[in-house]
Amino acid sequence: MQTIDLRGVSCPTNFVKAKLALELVDEGETVEFLLDDGEPVKNVPRSLKGEGHKLLGLKEAEGHYVLTIEKVGE
Amino acid sequence: MADKNKTTSLDLNNLKSGGFIKERGKDLFTVRLRVPGGRMSVERLKKIAEVADKYGKGFVHLSVRQSVELININFSDFDAVVAELGEGEQKVASCGARIRVPVACGGCEYNPNGLVDTQKSALEVDEKLFGTATGHHKFKVGFAGCPFDCPKSAINDVGFQGAIWPELNLDECISCGLCAKSCAEGAIVMGPDKKPVFSPDRCTYCGDCVKVCPTEAWKSVKKGYTVRIGGKWGRHPLVGTLFATFLPEEKVVEFIAEVLAWYKEKAEGLGRIRVGDIIIKEGADSLLAHLRINFPDHVVEKTIPPQVIETQIGK
Repeated sequence: MQTIDLRGVSCPTNFVKAKLALELVDEGETVEFLLDDGEPVKNVPRSLKGEGHKLLGLKEAEGHYVLTIEKVGE
Repeated sequence: MADKNKTTSLDLNNLKSGGFIKERGKDLFTVRLRVPGGRMSVERLKKIAEVADKYGKGFVHLSVRQSVELININFSDFDAVVAELGEGEQKVASCGARIRVPVACGGCEYNPNGLVDTQKSALEVDEKLFGTATGHHKFKVGFAGCPFDCPKSAINDVGFQGAIWPELNLDECISCGLCAKSCAEGAIVMGPDKKPVFSPDRCTYCGDCVKVCPTEAWKSVKKGYTVRIGGKWGRHPLVGTLFATFLPEEKVVEFIAEVLAWYKEKAEGLGRIRVGDIIIKEGADSLLAHLRINFPDHVVEKTIPPQVIETQIGK
């Protein structure tokens, strides 16, 4: 599984980067995104859900969050 | 004696609805065009640009309540301006003691935060109530699609704020914690069993939990407007206070009409006074009781009068 580190990237650039990363993976594949606490973890999951992807889970790690997404096709 | 050839011919009906506003200097007026909810077609925008270019001074002003104002229009050109703007619905906006053009955010069609169709509400109020004389003072209505409240609904005479009521189906919850993380009010926290615990008292009805929930375990079970009444800005600002919750979108016009009826009656003989000051004078219970007759399911049990904002302290 690919891990995309979006820590230190602010909104909405983190979402756009996540979107670009998801373009490169196949449908049904899962991707992990590392997100900062605060606005990023509040906004990015919701925006990716709005794009139609499947949110599989969210876990707190050391000082950040790990969001697991399954890519849903065009 | 006046030269008859030099007198100006004008259709005074164009002036009656207001929206022609005297500028500094001789003969010049601002023509305020109404744009309910701030949305207009590109075609209309082009037409306005054309007319502004021909009769104005090369710029327009976007008013703080979303109208387009043509600047430096000579009063002798009024009829031509109105005729060239054409298209029946290109009506000028009002000023004076009337119900003004409603303002609104973009609403729920394309804004991810929007919970209700504020654009539809603004158009409906514009169509049914715009220009209604209040007999006392101006009367402003605003629509915000969610509790972010970009349009500052509570500083309108009647301000509407989109709201949803969330409900959790525990069976569908995967314990991801996104709802608790998303809730800005602390109304949702994760319990020891890794399931969300909801505190309704803290909820401001923003719907963030519903929007983020990956499995639709959180669902919206009620939708409508949170209504605050009695706000205004200007020299002596007031912030409107809560009078109704989850008012259905289709009851907005009727609700405003009832507030107006109470205002007209209670302000009788008091001259130029806004509804917020009347609520302070009469007490909030009087308006609550009046509104409860037609909206028993939506009017709150108790509230407080509009709140004074002291903007002169510190001088």
